[in-house]
Amino acid sequence: MDTLTYDETAAESTADVGEVMQKIAEHKGCGTSGGNAPSCGSSAGQGDLPTEIWEKVKNHPCYSEEAHHHYARMHVAVAPACNIQCNYCNRKYDCANESRPGVVSERLSPEQAAKKVLAVASTIPQMTVLGIAGPGDPLANPEKTFKTFELISNTAPDIKLCLSTNGLALPDHVDEIAKYNVDHVTITINMVDPEIGAKIYPWVFWEHKRYTGIEAAQLLTERQLRGLEMLTERGILCKVNSVMIPGVNDQHLVEVNRAVKSRGAFLHNIMPLISAPEHGTVFGLTGQRGPSAQELKALQDSCEGEMNMMRHCRQCRADAVGLLGEDRSAEFTTDKIMEMEVDYDLDSRKAYQAQVEEQRQAKVAAKQEELADLAGEMSDIELLVAVATKGSGLINEHFGHAKEFQVYELSTAGAKFVGHRRVDLYCQGGYGEEDSLETIIRAINDCHAVFVAKIGGCPKSDLLNAGIEPVDGYAHEYIEKSAIAWFKEYLAKVNSGEIEHAVRGDADIRQGALISVA
Amino acid sequence: MAYKIVSSQCTNCTACEALCPNIAISERGGTFVIEPAKCTECIGHFDTPQCVAICPVDDTCIVDKSYPRYQAQ
Repeated sequence: MDTLTYDETAAESTADVGEVMQKIAEHKGCGTSGGNAPSCGSSAGQGDLPTEIWEKVKNHPCYSEEAHHHYARMHVAVAPACNIQCNYCNRKYDCANESRPGVVSERLSPEQAAKKVLAVASTIPQMTVLGIAGPGDPLANPEKTFKTFELISNTAPDIKLCLSTNGLALPDHVDEIAKYNVDHVTITINMVDPEIGAKIYPWVFWEHKRYTGIEAAQLLTERQLRGLEMLTERGILCKVNSVMIPGVNDQHLVEVNRAVKSRGAFLHNIMPLISAPEHGTVFGLTGQRGPSAQELKALQDSCEGEMNMMRHCRQCRADAVGLLGEDRSAEFTTDKIMEMEVDYDLDSRKAYQAQVEEQRQAKVAAKQEELADLAGEMSDIELLVAVATKGSGLINEHFGHAKEFQVYELSTAGAKFVGHRRVDLYCQGGYGEEDSLETIIRAINDCHAVFVAKIGGCPKSDLLNAGIEPVDGYAHEYIEKSAIAWFKEYLAKVNSGEIEHAVRGDADIRQGALISVA
Repeated sequence: MAYKIVSSQCTNCTACEALCPNIAISERGGTFVIEPAKCTECIGHFDTPQCVAICPVDDTCIVDKSYPRYQAQ
């Protein structure tokens, strides 16, 4: 019955879908663009996006860089089984790249997951997105995955549903994905060349058989690309995740980018390999290194001409809760949820989100104003700055409390979000520790300045010695507006000869996925 | 023979449970076990034992030699 109903609906809307997908293909989308160019990634306005797509992405923290400062997401770990093996994943511990919780994390039944979603939605009104990302593959656990979607779409219809898959089983489930109105699907595609794939995937399990080597990779790439095409045909937005593995697929990802772009993918997220030996992955044990910050950025920049790049991914766990870059999952364990009084009030959620929207508009207006001033400046200087923020697009975090720094590229075109750097907490219990300060400096070593709400005297002088200017004069102000204002002053000082512009070095990407600092 | 799961290596990923054609696999006390009397080594169902083929940890679903080899009826 359900299938029939869906088919009828699909037939009616086929004409519209073709038109919309054409617009998606033409649009440069939700990456971050620098200056005035309207894009859902960098402005709070709809820009040149068709309304149907804008409605889908505007409050989705993973699909819109701009939204990720304001809106939160959660994952529910209902899908433990997986149907492929990746050399960057070790199921005995965490899979750091594909959002897999450790063995100690809780597996949830669909019913427990639905309860958890209501509990989180009541506590965090800006939580707009529910994703299923494992800890295995959602489509290797189709009953649990779709039961969870069914329960949540009945009880919390305003929450967007999405899933993240390796793509092997995707072609078999596209109709069901459409049936539950899942309008965002992420496929992890690390290669389109089976010879390269054989170095990443030891085996895949398909139709009751384990395949290995090139044959396995061939099967996987065919199924992934076919699944992507089928999603595109149905008007479902698709993000492609790729793990950058230096020496294995780094150069090849440019080709992957072209292949997915031509099949209608909306956004491409190139993530650094995480391969610490203690994770016990094949790559960790063979000493395969991950990319440096500048290697990652160079690859992302080279693909950006082709399509939108996502640079704000935190490679989060399959049970993450909160804004990207924070993890509040410890507040929502099954024990705690069962004791919570859940009051799911759609009206109060909407009211809260309306406030967020106002704040978002104000932030963009402030940026535009500052940008107008920059319009007359002529300079080739491009540089990076790091920002300590707790969210809402504000410089509102103390240097010593920052768990990550957001990185913006400044030029006369404006301020563009280009990434983030995880760091260990510098300040715990009110005093700093020298070792972690060195780690922070290595993580933001490619930046000219670091914007903070507050900073102590000691780290301030160490940063200055390392050539990074600590900036606390814009505390609690908007990030982009402040960064542009600071950049104008910087240019003026360079022009007057007061300072000399020097290029900075490379920076480290810290190993390990985001875990809660409880 | 039947297959058994080395519980110290099992990640509790549940993948084998759903694939077993004999419903011989279940969770007991936080880890997965194969009921030897029900295990047919997938003979008559599939070319390879399904639990072995899907298990993400090598050498975790192994032959339990304390049971006689399964005889297809």
